[in-house]
Amino acid sequence: MPLKLKINNVVKTVDVPADTPLLWVLRDVLDLKGSKYGCGIGMCGACTVLLDGVATRSCITDAGSVVGQSITTIEGLSADGLHPVQAAWEQMDVAQCGYCQSGQIMAATALLAKTPHPTDAQIDAAMSGNLCRCGTYLRIRKAIHQAAAGGHQSAANSPQHAAGKEI
Amino acid sequence: MRLNRRNFLQMTALTGGGLALKIYDFPLAAAQGPARTEMSAQAFVKIASDGTVTIMAKCPEIGQGVKTMLPMMIAEELDADWSKVRVEQADLDEGKYGGQSDGGSTSTQNNYLPMRRVGAACRQVLITVAAKRWGVLEADCTTEPNKVVHAISGRSVGYGELAAEAATCAPPSMDSLKLKDPKDFRILGKPQANVDNHALVTGKPLFGIDVKVPGMLHAVIERSPVYGGKPKSANLDEIKKMPGVRNVLIIASAPANSAGPADTTTEPGTVIAAAGMEPGVAIVADTWWQAQSARKNLKVVWDSGAGADQSSEKFDAKAAELMKAPPENTLRSYGDVDGALAGAAKVVEATYAYPFLAHGTLEPMDATASYKDGKLEIWATSQSPGGGRGQVARALNMQASDITVHLSPRIGGGFGRRLQNDYMVEGAWLAKQINGSVKLIWSREDDMTHDAYRVGGYHAFKGGLDAQGKLVAWRQHFITYGEGQRYVSGGTLDATEFPSGRVPNYALLASAQPLILRTGALRAPGHNAYAWAIKAFVDEMATAAGRDPLDFHMDLLNATPAPVTQGRGDSMNAERLKGVLELVAEKSGWANRKSTPGHGFGLACHYCHAGYFAEVAEVTVDASNRIKVERVWAAGDVGNQIMNPSGAEAQVQGSIVEGMSQMAQEITLRDGRPVQNNYHQHPLLRFRQAPAIELYWNITKYPPTGLGEPALPPALPAIANAVFAATGKRIRTLPLARSGFSWA
Repeated sequence: MPLKLKINNVVKTVDVPADTPLLWVLRDVLDLKGSKYGCGIGMCGACTVLLDGVATRSCITDAGSVVGQSITTIEGLSADGLHPVQAAWEQMDVAQCGYCQSGQIMAATALLAKTPHPTDAQIDAAMSGNLCRCGTYLRIRKAIHQAAAGGHQSAANSPQHAAGKEI
Repeated sequence: MRLNRRNFLQMTALTGGGLALKIYDFPLAAAQGPARTEMSAQAFVKIASDGTVTIMAKCPEIGQGVKTMLPMMIAEELDADWSKVRVEQADLDEGKYGGQSDGGSTSTQNNYLPMRRVGAACRQVLITVAAKRWGVLEADCTTEPNKVVHAISGRSVGYGELAAEAATCAPPSMDSLKLKDPKDFRILGKPQANVDNHALVTGKPLFGIDVKVPGMLHAVIERSPVYGGKPKSANLDEIKKMPGVRNVLIIASAPANSAGPADTTTEPGTVIAAAGMEPGVAIVADTWWQAQSARKNLKVVWDSGAGADQSSEKFDAKAAELMKAPPENTLRSYGDVDGALAGAAKVVEATYAYPFLAHGTLEPMDATASYKDGKLEIWATSQSPGGGRGQVARALNMQASDITVHLSPRIGGGFGRRLQNDYMVEGAWLAKQINGSVKLIWSREDDMTHDAYRVGGYHAFKGGLDAQGKLVAWRQHFITYGEGQRYVSGGTLDATEFPSGRVPNYALLASAQPLILRTGALRAPGHNAYAWAIKAFVDEMATAAGRDPLDFHMDLLNATPAPVTQGRGDSMNAERLKGVLELVAEKSGWANRKSTPGHGFGLACHYCHAGYFAEVAEVTVDASNRIKVERVWAAGDVGNQIMNPSGAEAQVQGSIVEGMSQMAQEITLRDGRPVQNNYHQHPLLRFRQAPAIELYWNITKYPPTGLGEPALPPALPAIANAVFAATGKRIRTLPLARSGFSWA
């Protein structure tokens, strides 16, 4: 049965079995390749997206279970690519290979939406589920502090809370 | 080395009035290993009439920063405005670009001069055109970013305005090129951000796994749980009925050699594997998830072969046996080690053991390939794409010229795994089988259970001290894997490895046991294991001598090295290692650091891949033996120029974090099967576990060398030695859990 998924403020109809992982719907059905496959068991966080603002592992989330929720992927984080977290990631030159970074950015975005000025301990707690094989953790911490200092946009303006549009 | 010096430049007019600059035959004199002596057209730089400079990035970007760094070298000598430079990933064409492999931390030393010459040649042509236009002497012209300047008359002209005319000019002689004095560098030596940052943070499809080819299918391959095994039969008919499945193939063993007999399995749907492929069962479907889902219903009867008899327990038992037996091989011996041990004031013995490791690059192995009319197009995620094309050509009996290889704009980690091109051969083979386009993606479980593993090993040490606490004897029996004196990939140890040559009586001995599992290079191969074992045992000897490990190391480094009578000799420069030791001691305040119960400081140094690093670790260890690495001070010497301080720092941070990951990981074998299959069993260091890292450079007079690897090896012994300082317990077996420790 076709599923209606609200992704980056646009409702998309996809014809996949309801137990298809959201990650593979995003990547191979909707061609949103920013969310990455790393482990397939929710261990690495490379597939992290926001579900109603909450950082969620899309590789272990059935597409059928998120109908009606607002899904934000890295592609929908900002219209211009200048979300404070994205800007901070560029400024701190965080990425090495870069493969995990969209998941890291989504996790950091969820953290900052809830905790605009996180302590190191809060950052540790929020980010320790996202693995980086290259070891960029120190710069991720700096980038999160940078984004926090740069004035994170309020939750009300976050894309996942804007009005959806049917196509 | 013969250099073909037809050195000249060729100018080609670009549509729209730009300049494309080609250089022929520039010598890669700095290259190590087999030199390329027949370089042909090199095309790296395009200048558009609007002044946009496009520079081709020649090597695969696996996270080590070459896609930013190598173009920086060209832009520097071109005097380009870096903010206006566009970097494009070159496809595979080693005739045009020179070597395009990544490995051994060699990109810096192999490319530093050649890339700068490319930029300098282009700059020279632009000066020639400007001088002619103004009717002035070339010698009176200079450049500012993206423009030629004639200071005497106060005139300047942008590169874009000169590009069209430059395309008609005679090229300069390579020998006449003048390179900048590094003190005048504007781009190199300044931190430059990764050129793909914006594309990365906006989720653009940059990786091999993101490639999309019209009409492509998706594939998975189920390989034998035991390496070397092969399928006897499978429920193909059932799998073919699964949703989206287009094709299911039993991949039978390839013949051992071209003359040998192929596997004679007669199961319908069986296809003979190409050389370089593991046998298995391939499922091709419309989407990857369909292929992977169908696989859950796959039932294969395997012939596991001889590998099923191997296990980690048996390896340990055999190693213990070999340690007691006379060593099979002497890698180096001088003086009288047994006599010196017998006469030593104090003798210390210890055995160190480390496991097999998987690479676990976060982007799993993948390859996309299209086969049409006898020609192949491959989108590769390889560190050695040229070698990969050769492997594909041999495996599929094709001409290399019929195989086009695109380099993925980025690759999600290499670490040596992508020097193997097995998955590229598989993808190409599948495309040919289905006569179309296919993307093969290994699952994480495929990746971890079918890796070319970092090989495990054992070292039995015996050290002797004289009454003054000086190291007078060192006996090391290395237990590795192989047959006779032929060791598996990564299972060797250089005869000059420290402290070889610096102890008056020395013996490095080796014995091997057979291994069926595939092994290969993992970041700082060899060094990532034996730097820990050796430097931790040096620390044991220093402790036994009641001496400061820094002083103990200096003593060894000050010793006159014993002459090397065979092999390549000892390339280590002791003064450089002393230099980083002194620097890290100063910066960490080593002299005044006092370890107390639960809080320790440890020191180690190492030389590899032409780089010198010394590191001091500060750890706290709680009552449950949980280790928190609070801080690591690192001092490095990679010569006279740090190319990109941002990228360089990233490599050092990543190396230390990876060293810590390696300390907690293991791949064990049970009945020939790797037990660990995902990150929950083969963990990566987590965010909260990463230490603060302070990095200091010792800038020396030597030519610049690479940073992909050398900062990693000393991290392990520095931390292990700090744990001893905090607890009095030695970590002699890795992973940490096997020594009773864990990360906090």
